[in-house]
Formats: sequence, structure tokens, C-alpha cells
Amino acid sequence: MTAVTSGKAAGTMRREKISNANLLMFISICIFVIMYLAGIIIWGGGFRKPQQVFDILNNYAYLIIIGCALTIVMITGGIDISVAGIVALVSMVCVMFLKGKLWPVEGMSDGLRILLAACIAIGIGLLFGAVQGALVAYLDIQPFIITLAGMFFARGMITIVSVEPMQLTVQDEPGILDIIQHRIEIGFLGSLNKKGVMIPARMEIGVVIALVLLVAIAFMLRRSRIGRNFYAVGGNRQSALMLGIDVKKTRFIAHLISGLLAGIAGFVFMMHNVSGNATNATAGEMDAIASSIIGGTLLSGGVGNVIGTFFGVMILATIKLIVTASGLTKPWWQTITSGAMLALFILLQSVVLSRRGKKMTLPSWLKFKKE
Amino acid sequence: MPADNRNKSSSFFQKNSQLLIPFVAIIILVIFNLIRDPGFFSIAIVNNNDGYPVLQGNLVSIFNGASELAILAMGMTLVTAASGGQDISVGALAAIAGSTLVKVLKSTETITPLTVILGILACCAVAMLFGAFNGMLVSVFRIQPMIATLILFTCGRSIAYWINGGATPTVSSPIITAIGSFIPGCPVPTPILIVLLMGILFFILFRTTTMGLYIQTVGINQGAAKLNGINPVGMKLLAFVLLGVCCAMAGTIGMSRLSLINHETLLLNVEMDAILAVAIGGNNLGGGKFNMIGSVMGAYAIQALTITLYAMKVPSTDVKAYKAIVIILLVVIGSPVVKDAFQKMKNRNGRRMLARKEAT
Repeated sequence: MTAVTSGKAAGTMRREKISNANLLMFISICIFVIMYLAGIIIWGGGFRKPQQVFDILNNYAYLIIIGCALTIVMITGGIDISVAGIVALVSMVCVMFLKGKLWPVEGMSDGLRILLAACIAIGIGLLFGAVQGALVAYLDIQPFIITLAGMFFARGMITIVSVEPMQLTVQDEPGILDIIQHRIEIGFLGSLNKKGVMIPARMEIGVVIALVLLVAIAFMLRRSRIGRNFYAVGGNRQSALMLGIDVKKTRFIAHLISGLLAGIAGFVFMMHNVSGNATNATAGEMDAIASSIIGGTLLSGGVGNVIGTFFGVMILATIKLIVTASGLTKPWWQTITSGAMLALFILLQSVVLSRRGKKMTLPSWLKFKKE
Repeated sequence: MPADNRNKSSSFFQKNSQLLIPFVAIIILVIFNLIRDPGFFSIAIVNNNDGYPVLQGNLVSIFNGASELAILAMGMTLVTAASGGQDISVGALAAIAGSTLVKVLKSTETITPLTVILGILACCAVAMLFGAFNGMLVSVFRIQPMIATLILFTCGRSIAYWINGGATPTVSSPIITAIGSFIPGCPVPTPILIVLLMGILFFILFRTTTMGLYIQTVGINQGAAKLNGINPVGMKLLAFVLLGVCCAMAGTIGMSRLSLINHETLLLNVEMDAILAVAIGGNNLGGGKFNMIGSVMGAYAIQALTITLYAMKVPSTDVKAYKAIVIILLVVIGSPVVKDAFQKMKNRNGRRMLARKEAT
């Protein structure tokens, strides 16, 4: 009898635990599905084509990657607001390298040049991540200030590297553009255009990179030792220390990964936009933080999931699409609606979390009658 | 206030060490500038376009240019102390306040002192309302301040755009010009006077009420504050509302400087600088004890750095990178690990000297 009851208790506890950890993510997935369905039903048009989803992915692949970076850092209880600055810096440096403005690249094949550009991107990202991580973890300085300084530094470096915007053009670099702008065509998800010709859905290479990284990080957070350490350090640093986790090293690695991901995101951004500009990815760090939060990551640390972040990005993008589709064409409506939606999500999270510890009691008029 | 007095006497050393970073930063900048150009801080009295004598010089432009930042740093200090987080919507809120002021000024044919006062009151009210919205999210719904204010950060400038119907109207009035630059006959730029006024107001507020102590208490331990009969929700709300007033004043100054409101560029990126000023001022960004003088000194240090870089012919777009290096150096010097190392070195030296003394 006791065994049965304890087993039952363990069962309910287990169920409760799962719902607690993933509840916020589950809500955001539901809201994304509802919003997209509403888009299909009310506005139809572009929403009905699968290409719409791929367009979102193509445009926001970099945001998915830096969203993952922020999720990891936020799980450890820190914050990294330098990511968008790194993205902009990396895209500028990569474009300049590919154009041969940094040092002469004659004689290199196009593939080698792109490979070297990717190495530069990763190198810059790792450098930023390592310096910021060391300062945050080993010198115990508030991550906000350090990464703010990182953002200033990255944004300032862009104009030091080049004041004028840079652009890869078809006239100058046809071979490189051919490779980095390659679209993967998915035939069965295509749609008929006005003439009745089947147009296959197109996806950029950056999307593949983003999705592979997303799955890899989700796996790492769930299964690997370092991933679990992230949660432990973010949940309670003191008890993590007592459990024998190297807290400093864990925080360092979180910032290192964040910098690395920002570097990759910069490369992906460059592949999509093929331009370097000081205003690239403006306020991208705030979009990344917002999508992490919408996806159920808590800034206080210890809770979060990159799959949720992915849906956070999709929700932000869908809001923008819906605002445009519903005819609110004045320039301010898009951001005001995004802000209102963000407010809604944040309030919802707050209510859910404050309800979490308490016993759920529905108002009397909502209760199902028993017996 | 006996508690306050005891606090002051016991933490005198601590307070001094808190002011160390901004003080060192300002001293380094002053020495550096004096070596580079001995006449850097000279102040001259010249006649401006209207024929009134006004002060001019790098020192004046540092104090004048940092006015908005100093006012915002005061409010940000309170929010940081009470809630343990930062408001990142101050720039957007200042834009909203400035737009409201312009809207009121534009609603009448002629701009009289009365309309200006009414406009400033209206923009204060609007900013306080938005501040209360932020504060409510933080205190009642217990959302982290950075997240709660992310909402207004995202859409605040669009709201400012919306208030003026998608235009960037200009206001031509001698009163507005006087607020932005000089009152005829007074050689000190008006923004500096407004900072002084705000400083005096906060000083009176801290002297005559227990607000400062209560805000610290809430920031240090919310539960204990509640048990002692302090309402944490009310104190946090108050801090955010006061920050709203600061934003309104900053928006008014920013608008008056150019005599026009541009929702996109008014006080752009000022939220980061304001948080930085609070941090350089030696305040713990996690809440609790605060020192408003430190924050204001931090604001002036940031502006001094910017003016120094401009004087060294650094392009305005590159300033950020150099600023970042200086910030990192400052926080590394002020970091607990480095401080401990210094302390240990000092102790070891002291012990060695003691041993040597005993040996001789």
C-alpha cells in the first residue's frame, strides 16, 4: 500500500516537474501555432504558402543563433548584450575579406576564401567570448557591464575598420555570391504561382546551419555534463559550488559558446545580406533577449530551452507579418504591436510562474461539477 | 533619523571606497588632458549671438553635455537600489516626454511661459504614468526590471512617433531656446542649472523623508523590509515614478537643445550610458545601498571621456570602441578580485615591514 502511494506520489511529482520546466515553452509553441493558424484563416494569401515559413527562417536565421547564445548565457544567470555588435562586426570584416580589402586574396579559389572568412568569423567570436568570459567569470565583474563594453567595442570597431558600408556585388564576386547565396530547393513544399508553374520552396544554407546548431545545443543542454552544469549554476550558484561544479569555468564556457555562436551568426547574417554596415543588426540583442524570454527562459537563470527560443523568434517574426498583413501600414504600428505582444507574454509568464507554486484553484463558475 | 546617522558614521570608509572609481577616473582624465593640452580646462567668457556674456570652454561643455545623463543617472540609481535591476527604457521614455511637450506647445498659437509650464507638467505626468506602468510590472507582477522595461524599449520610440502623427516638428520660441542653451543674462548654461535643481530636490527629499533608507532596505532584503512595515511594492513603484520625472526633465532638455523633437535620435543609447554611470559610481547593480553622488560623478566622467576623445580628433563613430576599453579598464581595477589582491599585497608588505622593524 505504501509502495503504491509513494509510487503514485513520485509519478505525480515527475509529471509536475516536467510541466513546470516546459510549461512556458509549451505556451509559446501553442501561441505560435494559434497565431499562424489565425494568419492562414483570416489573411490567407502568403500565409498559406510553405515558402512563408522558409522566408521567416531565411530572414531570421542569425537571430535564431544569437537567441540560442543568449539562452545559454541566461540559463547560467548571466547576460550577453554584445552578440548583435559581434554579428555586425563579423559581417563587416567578412565582407571586407571577401572583397580583398583586408589583405590581397588573389589566387585563392572562391571556396577557400569563404572557408577562411568563416574561420575569421569564428575567430572573432571566440576572441570576444573568451575575453568577456574571463572578465565575467574569473574577475567576477557584472556581465551586463562587460558585455555592454563588448557591444560598444564591436560597434566602434566597425567604423574603425571601414566607415563606408561594404557590399558584395555580382559584378565583382560572382563566384562567391553563387556559393553563399545558394538556395536549397524543396520540391514537395512548393507552391503554384499565378501562371500555374510549380515554384519549389527555397531555403538558404544559413538556415541549415542555424537548425543544426539549434538541435546540437538542445542536445548539449539536455544530455551533456556541461549542459547540466549550466542549469545547476544558474539555478543556485552556491549549491552548485557545494556539489563540486567548477562555477567559474562553467560561466566562462557559457560566454565562450555565446561568443562563438555570435561569430557564426555574423557569418550567416553576411551570407543573407552580403553587406557590411555599421547599422547591421541594430538592437538585435534586444530581439534575441525578447525571443529567449518569450520562449520561456528566465533572466534569473536555471530555466530555459533553446527550442522555446526558436519559437520565440518565429513568434516575433509572425507578429511583424500579421501587422503588415492586417493593413496597419503606418511605420509605428509594427513596433507598438510587438511591444504589446511582448507585454502580454511577460504578464502571462509572471502569472503562470506565480501560480506555479500554489495550488491551482479555478473560480467557482469555471469548475466542472463533480458527481 | 538615528539609523541614518549611525549608518553614515560606520560606513564612512566604505562610502569613500565606493567613490573611488569615479574619482580616479575623473582624476586620470584631468591629468591626461592637462599633460596633453595645459589650456584644456580654461574657461572664457564670450558674448554669444544675442550679445549676452556666456561661459565657454571644455569644462563647461562637459558639464553642459552631461546634464541629461546626470539627471537620468540620479533616477537610475534609485531604481537600481530598489529593484536590483535597471530600466532600459529611459531613452524611449525621454522621447515620449519630449513628444508630449512638443504636442502641448504646438496646440497653441503663441508660446507663453504658461504653456511651457503646462507642457512640462504634462510631459512629467505622461512620463510618470509610463514609469508607473514599468514599476507596476516590476513590483506587482514581479518581473525582472530589464525584461519589464524591454517592452517600452521596444515600442517607446514608436509611441513618440505616433504622438506627433509621424512628423518631427520644430518649435521656435525664445523660452525653449533659453531652456536648451542660456537664459539671457545668465552666463551658466540652463541644463546645468536644471541638474543643480534636481540635485537639490533629491537632497531635500532624502533629508526630510526616510525614502532613501526605505529604498535601500527594500533593495537589500525585500522580505525583511516587509516584516519591518515597509511596503516593497510601493517603494519600487515610487522609484520608477521618480525615474519617470527624471526622464521627463531629460527629454525636455534634449528637445530644447535642438528646438525640435526627433523620436529616433533623441537621447539615443542613453540607457546604456546611464546604467554605466550608476556602475562607475560604485553602486551595486544588484540593488541595495546606493550613492547618488557617485552616479552623477560617473555621468560626468563618461562625458569627460567623450569630450577628451573628441578633442583628440577621434571621429564620433569610433568613440564607442575607445570608451569600451576605458570602461573595461575601470571595472577591472574596481573588481573584487583585483581589490583583494591589492589588499593582500598591502598586508604582506605591511607584515614584511613589521618583521624588518622587529629585526632591527
